[in-house]
Amino acid sequence: MSLSAKQKATVKDFFGKMATRSDDIGAEALSRLVAVYPQTKSYFAHWKSASPGSAPVRKHGITIMGGVYDAVGKIDDLKAGLLSLSELHAFMLRVDPVNFKLLAHCMLVCMSMVFPEEFTPQVHVAVDKFLAQLALALCEKYR
Amino acid sequence: MVEWTDSERAIINSIFSTLDYEEIGRKSLCRCLIVYPWTQRYFGAFGNLYNAETIMANPLIAAHGTKILHGLDRALKNMDDIKNTYAELSLLHSDKLHVDPDNFRLLADCLTVVIAAKMGTGFTVETQVAWQKFLSVVVSALGRQYH
Repeated sequence: MSLSAKQKATVKDFFGKMATRSDDIGAEALSRLVAVYPQTKSYFAHWKSASPGSAPVRKHGITIMGGVYDAVGKIDDLKAGLLSLSELHAFMLRVDPVNFKLLAHCMLVCMSMVFPEEFTPQVHVAVDKFLAQLALALCEKYR
Repeated sequence: MVEWTDSERAIINSIFSTLDYEEIGRKSLCRCLIVYPWTQRYFGAFGNLYNAETIMANPLIAAHGTKILHGLDRALKNMDDIKNTYAELSLLHSDKLHVDPDNFRLLADCLTVVIAAKMGTGFTVETQVAWQKFLSVVVSALGRQYH
């Protein structure tokens, strides 16, 4: 399910529009992940707090969204572009890949909340595909 | 049996009390057919699903979206026994409609996105948690009688 040229353009366009709110959306998305899917907190046991809305969660959500934006710039070759991030996730973090889908869903919900008009079904499918491709690229080194 | 707090019940009831079934039903089903195009396999008799524009303009799809959303009313009225409330519907989807139960999750996700767009900041973290729990129970109940 790779992205068409049109969908790549749609992704770049929407993320451009989103840029001023990207920190908020990243922070919210991770907060919602740990709230709606509490099992995901297992990856953050080393933090002082992994509860929704807490400072470490929000900060990390911003970091993750930064990574997503970086990936938008590498949309034409995610596997190559995300090689070192993939190694990080494979050998150090070892996040079960099912969680990428859960976080993607939370990101989509936040995008929809903040940009109800712009997040049309066409934008939704392009962004969903992109996030899925991103997750695949992150899993590249897993096994 | 699923335990619901008073807060969760209030949140779910509140969402449904202000729900525009036609608008949200239509938008959710259309979004599902567009975002997960393989779901169109169940709608062969629904006319033109050629592209996003025709899907969104299709009156049969709009009507069906409304119907599906009203189907959730049963769960709302019987929150303490959603499993048995949907036993018959589950069998219908399994034996007559032959719907892969994963599709219930896909539609539920689209419904969440549409409601989030409608409610904006009103779709708080607490709301999403309760809503997700409600939909998970519904999805599970609908898949339960498959054999």
